[in-house]
Amino acid sequence: MTDTKSMKTTESGQVQRQAEQEVFLRPAVDIYEDSTGITVKADLPGVSRDRLDVQVDGNNLIVEGQAVINMPEGMESRYADVNATRFRRSFALSNELEADNISAEINKGVLTLRMPKRAEVQPRKIEVTGS
Amino acid sequence: MFDYLTGFDHDVFDQFERMRRQMDVMFGDRGGPLGIRSVAAGTYPAINVGASPTQVDVYVFAAGADPKSLDISLQQNLLTLSGERETELPEGAQAYRRERFNGSFKRVITLPEDVDPDKVNAAYRDGVLHITVQRKEELQPRKIEVK
Repeated sequence: MTDTKSMKTTESGQVQRQAEQEVFLRPAVDIYEDSTGITVKADLPGVSRDRLDVQVDGNNLIVEGQAVINMPEGMESRYADVNATRFRRSFALSNELEADNISAEINKGVLTLRMPKRAEVQPRKIEVTGS
Repeated sequence: MFDYLTGFDHDVFDQFERMRRQMDVMFGDRGGPLGIRSVAAGTYPAINVGASPTQVDVYVFAAGADPKSLDISLQQNLLTLSGERETELPEGAQAYRRERFNGSFKRVITLPEDVDPDKVNAAYRDGVLHITVQRKEELQPRKIEVK
């Protein structure tokens, strides 16, 4: 996992300020499309449902999550691949998606977001007439 | 101020915020020589190891792994972990990004030498496998009373 310092060049001013103060992990995602919509799957290990925040802000979809790890008293780090506990990643939506109807589900630390396409842009079979 | 505050209950948030800082400071990047079995950033699953005088805690960030597929073995102080995680796409779907690890994995971690291989516990929750290994008692610091 990598942190999100690279977001500084790609995201809005507010995100830049946050990125300077906080280290965010950038979750790995799979994104795929079928005829009815787009699905995003994101790895958020340690994030439970109540520590997950999915927001639509205008045209942007923002996913944030806080990993909660039980640590015994007096513990010292011996080895660490992960050096932050907050995840964040954002996506620009496309206007044929129904932003009001996005569903989110988290299971075993994997978030699944389902974004349906508007009915008018779902493919329709066009009958060919004539011979 | 920060938009991430809006999604959380503030009282609970403060408590988690303290915990988060504690964890971020503890596992923060401090440079230094590279562990011989350390792996490149982004390798699945990521692992953190913490040690206290009585036990060693291993955190395996294995989102989506089938807990039944996880195989953990401890030979002296060498912890070997293997398992599988499938990220197959539905039939006919068009993929834009495939960043998530797909397939089987194996990691080997060196633990402190005084761990007791007979006292191991493992629990999987929210995509994190937490392995606890007790350290041998005779090597733990003992408080000596001054009379």
